Amino acid sequence: MNLYHYAAPAAFYGLAGRLIPWFAWGAALFAAAGLYISFFVAPTDFQQGEAYRIIFIHVPAAWMSMFIYMVMAFWCAIGLAFNTRLSFLMARALAPTGALFCFLALWTGALWGKPMWGAWWVWDARLTSELILLFLYVGIMALWAAIDDPKRGDRAGALLILVGAINVPIIYFSVKWWNTLHQGSSINLMQAPSMAATMLIGMLVMAIAAWLYTIAVALVRARGLVLARERHTEWVQKIIKEA
Amino acid sequence: MVWQSAADFWAMGGYGLYVWGSFGATALGVALEVWLLGRGQRAGIKQLQRMQRWEAE
Repeated sequence: MNLYHYAAPAAFYGLAGRLIPWFAWGAALFAAAGLYISFFVAPTDFQQGEAYRIIFIHVPAAWMSMFIYMVMAFWCAIGLAFNTRLSFLMARALAPTGALFCFLALWTGALWGKPMWGAWWVWDARLTSELILLFLYVGIMALWAAIDDPKRGDRAGALLILVGAINVPIIYFSVKWWNTLHQGSSINLMQAPSMAATMLIGMLVMAIAAWLYTIAVALVRARGLVLARERHTEWVQKIIKEA
Repeated sequence: MVWQSAADFWAMGGYGLYVWGSFGATALGVALEVWLLGRGQRAGIKQLQRMQRWEAE
């Protein structure tokens, strides 16, 4: 199989259409399993009681908000370097979902902060840098919306995304670099996780669900963008006529 | 099983507001995104069809 084949919009459109149901159903299955573990398998926490169950949403959402941003930055770098048409579309297709997860990370964080810290919000380095990430997502989407010429919009957005990428390592390391109220990471590539196995598995299953969901919705969005961009080509004209 | 009854489950040990506020907002956000996406795709196809007809004339 030649992977470059799918860099052509027509081939991508067909492949994405076939893949979407698999990712969507996969996301639903993992979400169902993750929710079951979250509420019926994972035990009550000895310190935080039932409130800790927010972790099963909060951590995957926060991971996705940073991960999606890095994937967008990757596609923008590829797009700027090789001038590949689909790369910028992938960034555009991912941004709204990244913004959603970023908002959910902040929202669930506030709902967890209130009972545990006694405050919905504090200007701590972790929370503040995550809020800046939300502003970046919103700013990027506003920039795209404000520029009529799609190619200029692609480039302007890509530049902002790449400059803003500096914020992601700041979010990640904020709990190390500064003295934060937010706790440090419980999961580290270098050492064994400092949490119960069922809690860890629940979090990972929910993260996989979020991942599959993101791929499914981003592919749907990318297909719509491809149609709009390639609307003068014969294959798109044919699809539109038959729709 | 962690829960003694359905009421026990919904109460979440007194943290119901926070736990259900988190899971509920996520469910709402995902449902909203999927709904907007479906609506946007259909509107996009319709617009492309209008443009096609307009350009054919």
